[in-house]
Parts: sequence; structure tokens; C-alpha cells
Amino acid sequence: MKQYSDLEFLRLSKWQRFTYKIAAFFCGIPKAIASLFWTVVNLIKTGCKKVADEFMDIVTTFTKGDWKTKVSFVVMGFGNIARGQILRGLLFLAFEAVFIVYMFAGGGYWLSMLGTLGVQGPTQDYDPLLDAYTTHYHDNSFKILLYGVLTIFFIIAFIYTWRTNVKQNKLSEQILRSGKKLKSGKDDLRSLVDDQFHKTLLALPLTGILIFTVMPIVFMILVAFTNYDGAHNGYSNNLFTWVGLDNFNTLLSWQGGNGGGQSYSATFGEILTWTLIWAFLATFTNYFLGMFVAMMINKKGIKLKKLWRTILVLTVAIPQFISLLYVSKMFARNGLINLALMDLGWISQPLPFWEDATWARVSVIAINIWIGIPYLMLITTGILMNIPADLYESARIDGANGWQQYTKITLPYMLFITGPYLLTSFTGNMNNFNVIYLLTGGAPTNPAASGAAGSVGYTDLLITWLFKITTGAESQYYLASVVGIMVFVVVAVISLVVYNVLPSIKNEEDYQ
Amino acid sequence: MSKNENTLKRHMGLKAANRISNFFVYLLLIIISVVWLIPFIFIVLQSFRVESTYQVGYVIPQQWGFDNYLKLWNSDFKVWYLNTFIIALASAVLITVIQLCMSYTLSRFRFKMRGPLMRFMLILGMFPGMLTMIILYRVLSDLGLTQANAVPGLILVGVASSGMGYYVSKGFFDTIPKSLDEAARVDGATRFQVLYKIILPLAKPIVIYTILTAFMGPWGDYVFARYVAFGTSSGYNVAVGMYSWLTNDQIARMYTTFCAGGVIVAIPVTILFLCLQKYYVEGVTGGAVKG
Repeated sequence: MKQYSDLEFLRLSKWQRFTYKIAAFFCGIPKAIASLFWTVVNLIKTGCKKVADEFMDIVTTFTKGDWKTKVSFVVMGFGNIARGQILRGLLFLAFEAVFIVYMFAGGGYWLSMLGTLGVQGPTQDYDPLLDAYTTHYHDNSFKILLYGVLTIFFIIAFIYTWRTNVKQNKLSEQILRSGKKLKSGKDDLRSLVDDQFHKTLLALPLTGILIFTVMPIVFMILVAFTNYDGAHNGYSNNLFTWVGLDNFNTLLSWQGGNGGGQSYSATFGEILTWTLIWAFLATFTNYFLGMFVAMMINKKGIKLKKLWRTILVLTVAIPQFISLLYVSKMFARNGLINLALMDLGWISQPLPFWEDATWARVSVIAINIWIGIPYLMLITTGILMNIPADLYESARIDGANGWQQYTKITLPYMLFITGPYLLTSFTGNMNNFNVIYLLTGGAPTNPAASGAAGSVGYTDLLITWLFKITTGAESQYYLASVVGIMVFVVVAVISLVVYNVLPSIKNEEDYQ
Repeated sequence: MSKNENTLKRHMGLKAANRISNFFVYLLLIIISVVWLIPFIFIVLQSFRVESTYQVGYVIPQQWGFDNYLKLWNSDFKVWYLNTFIIALASAVLITVIQLCMSYTLSRFRFKMRGPLMRFMLILGMFPGMLTMIILYRVLSDLGLTQANAVPGLILVGVASSGMGYYVSKGFFDTIPKSLDEAARVDGATRFQVLYKIILPLAKPIVIYTILTAFMGPWGDYVFARYVAFGTSSGYNVAVGMYSWLTNDQIARMYTTFCAGGVIVAIPVTILFLCLQKYYVEGVTGGAVKG
């Protein structure tokens, strides 16, 4: 590939620059991989060095420290208490106590079982008292995996806290040696609304994210490497266990799926293609039509601007499940539109809005325009009004017509400002569960694909497929989590590519 | 188009051409308005229809009446409505507090973990939320917060993960000049006082925007709500309950009742929304520009 200098690059036309950038991105991939490799190597190097430094620091703190520090290595917080920082010391001590109790009360068990996810499934044992066989439950794979992950999180937190404890002892010694006073508990509390205020503010939100987002995601990623499904629920029927990369092989292999249908990979490929087409069309139809409507309302001489806007905004206000479900039924086989058209005698057969693959896909995109234009109208109105009017003034004096003004002024400005929005909107549409599920539920069913993981329809996105796999008869949780990881990979790759091509502002501080 | 316009201009002068183009714009706007409003007008009309409870080929009822609303009153709809209202109210308060804490901190403080934290949350956001449904359900069911007790469970999950959606309000906080904070700090205010006395009064639009979106969200929450409350009508929210009316075995009896329910659900939310429209527009626009 030809490398351009800065000056040559500036001489290219817009389109050439764009293609050049994309080409440069893909040509840069090998280089990027190489540099990634070296970054990783360097990271490991510096990581090792850091760990070594930490160890050296811990050792010197121990050998050079006084007896209070030495006791603190075993009894966390002892040094703080002995030096008068009662509050901090008690918190350290309490954390250690909780940790030890937890590890003995169950943490050790969960951790030891994590390698196998349980060995003993439910058994039928003879109960002499009842003179009957009763079921006894033993290991629970689900809980082992869940609490095993939690225990690992807890151990990491403990190591971090222990290290902080050691650091604090060293620091306190230094401060006392230099003749200054240590912070009292009162000072600590005060700093929580002042210097350390961010810790107070972030404590609650981050705890929530850790427990209800991070932990579940880690869990579900791990599920992708097990055989967890309806038949292996890990408790009442069979335990589940680690299967390595088998599930990824299943999804990406070319062999036929169960039930003699098409292979998983073919189904996956079809759904992925439609997901990308859908996301692209849904994003850009809305974007341009929304901008068009906004420009019409903004046009000089148009009256009742507020009324037009309010009418459109109404659709934003009404909960989507009402409008989408209603419209979905309106276009159904025996819905209002078909019945009315047949009553009028315009058609003799109901139009197959949701029964034919192409009809359904087009209808979904059309109705999505109906849903999406009001948002885009709102967003673009504000930005359009911010474009300096003298730009248009001078363009008009130079003899530019409406279309030229649009392509040379409005569009570049809009694309520049809304670039990041378009990206989030694209990935949001890829995962637009509501519109697809409430309108079609994925229908019409794709008979070729039905052998692989539940009934798959022509309008199914990856996300609705994931939902169907999860709630389907076989409850193939492992496959659902593989699909989820795939969605993540696709979204991440697209974001990465677009961010490298986008001219928009990446530097946050410049913006403020 | 433009050539025609130019010739028109020559013949009739600028004003007349403008009038013609305005006429077409009005025409288009009227068509758009009709298309956008029609489904809602239809819902309202059909909710008053008495003679048939299923879909028919006409819109204006032959027999008007409140039958569908009475049917609504005698069904579980009251429970669903109350459930949704409680969830919406609790979310509005708690999600607002959490999101504002998060966005204010990330906008104003510069601490060591800030960059990594934001990058980490960006990556987390790329995982589909649907993925974690299974485990969240199991965790909630261990806590006893599913089926009949779905309401606190839904509030818990909704609020706990809401910190991820800090982008819009962070964008707003970024626009408030930092010199205000610094001036107050010089005068001896603590960080907490800066937030409470200076930033919050200025942030009124974004606070209202956050409350509004947090309140409106639960009214349309379907997937997770259904998963959590599955099979127990007393734990449904309006979306889950009313969706069940449109399944194949119920639709013939309940279609017009669904329309009536839709009207009842939409009225308060729409009124609230139209009153606070200004703030919503500000938030949405700001969010898009900041990305």
C-alpha cells in the first residue's frame, strides 16, 4: 500500500481520504498485532518488576518495622490501633475477621470444588424410616460456580486490603518518625466529604455494578466453557462441568446441528448478516429521515413549529410496548389493515406482512423508522440550529443551491458532531431487542435453521436468538453465553474500527 | 429539482417560489403528523368499541361504551398498574441518585483509577444485557425476590446496574465551568458543599431529565420482568400482563381491553412527558453531542 505524506493526504478528495483511512487501518493490522505482542511482553516485564518491587517493599517493611508493624502482618489493623487510629484499625480487623470466618464457613469448599464443579449428583437412597426411596441432593454446580467466582473476588479484595494495611504501617512509621501527627478517625471521616469525596460518591454505584453487572458477566463467560443447560442444571438432574472450547467449536463448526438441520455456523452466519444489515439500515434510515424532518420543521417561514414537534414527540412518550404491540397486531394477517383493505376490495388475500421473510424484514425497518424519527428529529434540531447562519449566507452569495448547501455544510457538520452517536446507535440497534421481539418475535420461522437451537426466524437478531436459546425447551445456557460473547466480539470490533476512522474528538479534556 | 426551482424563481420571483416550497413542506408535515398519530387515535377509538372484542376492518365503533374499561377494572390490571407505578417511582428516586453520583464524580474528580474505570465500563457495556438474565434470575430467586415478590427484585436489579448509564449526565456536568468549583474551594467549601450548594442548583435540567427517563423506563420493561415474574400474575408489570392478552389464545377476547389498558398506561406518562419535554430535549441533544 502506498504511504502518503501529510501534504499528499490533504490533497486527496474526501472520498479518497476515507478509503485511504480504511485501507490504512486494515493494512495496519499486522503491525498492530506485532505491537500488541510487544506491548503484552513489556506489560508482563513491567508487571513482574512491579510484583518484585512490591515483595521487596513488604519484606523491608517487615524487617525494618517496629513490633507493631510486625504484628500487623498477621493481625490486620493492629498497628493502626496501637498508634491511635482506632477507626481504621477496627475496619481492617473486622474485614480480616469476616474473611476468615467466610473461608472456613464455606469459601474453602466452594473454591476446592471449582475445578470439577461438583462430583456427586443427586442420588436415590433407601430411607428405612419411610420405607421408600428418597432423593438426596449433593453438590450444586451452579452454586459452586457462582460462589467460587465470588470467593475469588473476595480473596483478591483481601490481598489488596492486606497490602494496604502493610503500606499504612510503613507510612505511619515514617510520619511518626518525622515528628508529625497521624490523622484521627475524625479527620478520616471529614476527608470522606472532602478530599476523598469521590470514594464516598462512587461506593454505592460501583458496588451495584460489581455485584449485578461484573459478577454476572464473569459468571456467564465461564458458563460458555461448561455444558450447563436444561438437562444439566447442576442440581436436580445432572451436574454440569467444564468442557473447554467445545461450545465454540459447536457454534463455529460446519457440521449439521441436532435434528438434521443446518449447521450452527450457517444459522449463526445468517443471523449475524441480517443483524448487521438491520443495524445499518435502522441507523441510517432514521438518521437521514430524522434530519430531513427536522430541517423541514426548522425551515424559515414554517409556522406552528412547536405543534409539529409535539406531535412527533408523542410517540416517544408512549411506552414502546404499547405502540409496537399495537402496530404489530394492526399489520397482522387478520389485523386492521388487512381487514380494511379486503373490505374495500383492494386485495383478495391478506398481505403477508409478518409471514413472508422479505415482507417482514421491510416492515420491521419501516416501523422502526416510525419509532425512531422523533428521537432523531429532537437530536438533530438542536444541532442544526447551532450551525452558524453566516456559513449558509456566504454559500448563497457564492451561488450554492439547496442541495449543495446540504452536502457541503449541513451534512459534514452533522456527521462530525454526531459521529459517536451514530456508533452507539448502530451497536444499540444490533441489540435492539424490543423492536424485533414485540413486532415479530423473530417470525417468520426459518425452517432450514430450526434444527439448530430452537426455532430461528428470518427477522431474528443475535440478541433475540440468544433470548430464544435461553428460554427455549432445551435451555442451552452454554450456547446462549457463547452467542453473547460473539455479540461482544462483533460490537467491540466495529467500535474499534469506527473509532479509528472517525474524525471526531477523542480527547475528552479538549472538549471541556 | 434545483433547476426547476431556479426557473421558477426567474418567472415568479423569490417570494412565490418560497411559498410553493413551503406549501409542499406543510403538505409533508401534515402527512407525517397523520401517519404518526393514526395508531394512537385508533387505540383510543377501539378502546371504546363494544360490539366486538377482536380486530375488525373499521375504526369507528358502531356501539360506544366503557365496557372495556370496566373489564380492565375487574381484571388483574390494577395490580400490574400498581406494581409498575411502585417500580417507576422507586427507580426514579434511586437511579437518579446513583447516576448523578457517578456522573458528577467522573466529570469533576481526577483520581488514579478514573481512566481505567471508564474504559472498563465502556467494555462492560458491550456485553448484551440479556446474557446475564439467567444468573440474575437465579440470584433473585435465592433471595426470594421472584414471582410474587418480583417488584423489589426488579427495582434492585434496575437500580444496581444503573451506574453504567452515566454518559448523558456526565456530558452535562462537563459543561458547567470548573472555575466555579475552584472559586468555592478557595473560599473554604468542602467538596460536598460544592456539590450541594453550587452544582446541584445548576444541574436542575439534567436532574429532571434523569428522573423522567428513570420513571418512564419501567413502563416498557418487558423481557426481564417477564423472566422474573413468570407465571405469577401478582408480580407482573403492565407490559408483561398486557402482552399476555395478545397471545393467540387470548387475543380474540382481550384485544379491545388491551387498547383500553394502553390508553390508561399512556395517559399519565404522556402528560408527565409533555410537561417536562423541554428538559428531555435538552438531555437527549446533549447526550448525542457528547457521545
